[in-house]
Amino acid sequence: MKWGRSMGFLDTLGQTLAATVWDLLPVVALLVGFQFFVLRKPIAHWKRVVVGFGFVLVGLTLFQVGLQTALFPLGKIMAKQLSDPGFVFGPGVMPDNPHWGSYFWVYLFAASIGFSTTIAEPALIAVAHKASEVSRGRISQWGLRLVVAFGVAVGIALGTFRIVTGTPLYAYIIAAYAIVVIQTVFAPRMIVPLAYDSGGVTTSTVTVPLVAALGLGLSATIPGRNPALDGFGLIAFASVFPIMTVLGYGLIVQWRTNPRRRDTAEE
Amino acid sequence: MLHAVRDLSPIILVISVFQLAVLQQPFPQLFGILLGGILVVFGLALFVIGLEMGLFPIGEAMARAFASKGSLMWLLIFGFCLGFSTTVAEPALIAITKEAAEVAAQGKLIAADNASMNSYAVGLRLTVALSVGIAVVVGIIRILMGWPVHYLIIGGYLLVILMTTVAPKEIVGIAYDSGGVTTSTVTVPLVTALGVGLATTIRGRNPLVDGFGLIAFASLLPIVFVMGYGLIMFG
Repeated sequence: MKWGRSMGFLDTLGQTLAATVWDLLPVVALLVGFQFFVLRKPIAHWKRVVVGFGFVLVGLTLFQVGLQTALFPLGKIMAKQLSDPGFVFGPGVMPDNPHWGSYFWVYLFAASIGFSTTIAEPALIAVAHKASEVSRGRISQWGLRLVVAFGVAVGIALGTFRIVTGTPLYAYIIAAYAIVVIQTVFAPRMIVPLAYDSGGVTTSTVTVPLVAALGLGLSATIPGRNPALDGFGLIAFASVFPIMTVLGYGLIVQWRTNPRRRDTAEE
Repeated sequence: MLHAVRDLSPIILVISVFQLAVLQQPFPQLFGILLGGILVVFGLALFVIGLEMGLFPIGEAMARAFASKGSLMWLLIFGFCLGFSTTVAEPALIAITKEAAEVAAQGKLIAADNASMNSYAVGLRLTVALSVGIAVVVGIIRILMGWPVHYLIIGGYLLVILMTTVAPKEIVGIAYDSGGVTTSTVTVPLVTALGVGLATTIRGRNPLVDGFGLIAFASLLPIVFVMGYGLIMFG
């Protein structure tokens, strides 16, 4: 039993390492190819860069293995248990038309898991790192990540609400886009590209598997929902809402530092 | 290392609270979970070091090298290849296109045999990869020309809304989700460093205003392309 489990662990390690190599391979091939055939210039501090890529490879592999052996199975079981009618309505009860308010714990779980996985998302760490460096600290790394995570939390909670109520996805997304457009008009110019970018980086390694499990579990247990159709869409929520919160954050900072003269903040 | 512990603590807190207080169940295999947690912390810490040593410097060095070489064509080819090659083999994308093929087969949009489901999934994958490649190219041109990012993004949104009204409903959810899964953990730092590097090197560009935005294009354009693919296939 013990032996079998450790074999399983080594298998996961091997597979994840292979997957990460596969992820890095096209990038490395492209960089090396262009460096040698097009740019024809040696890479500055190439030894350091190679070591850095090694760290990225090992780091991402360990990160993924840890998630897959520890957090994902538990998170998926929890998503299933929380959306189970036996937990929501008591054993043996499943109303045909469940009231949306009964799913309180699901919304809360969706929001907290969205928030906490976004804080640990490596791609977001990278973007926040760069943004803080480029803005010379005016945009704080930790602040940006908190605001983005808050957006994901709201987005995913609303996304689960949509699955429970069975309302159409496009209505939410179009409304969200409209709000983003209006915010863009008023937001300080320097935050806009960063806000748009943060929508794309929130959903990769950590968030997607847990969120997908939640969406599928929920749409499988509620009558009238088709998991194949309604299970999709949560990732879209997690991508649009951070744009909104980052723009909103930019607006608040602007109003607080310069309540009257908006234009001067745009220098 | 301390940072990595801090980054991970919210997940641990959320899972513990829900497991113990809401579901009121003990932790299964506590040892395995602890071991996994330690691996995640180590992994995250190594990744961040590697980011500063490898991915960021190489992205900026490439941007500088292309700018000093002055060959726009090669820069655009590089950008396209970067977007296309990192997306086409992305595991999250492969998973989502397979599910999409099953949805399409259930909705009787394609035949429910393996061959047609497979060709649909591969077609979808190539569409997404192509759109990410084009998105990086458009994003680079935008940085060079100094166009404000929001005109292009808002234009993209309008296109998405317009296409949503005509696209078959089986494709809409997948199209929206495909925008989120395209940008992997390796691509994001590299593309960000490339954009910021270009905006820093070219005179008159602000790295904050012009350097960011490439990821946004790479998340938006796949939505448009996937709905277009749906329209061409079933429209």
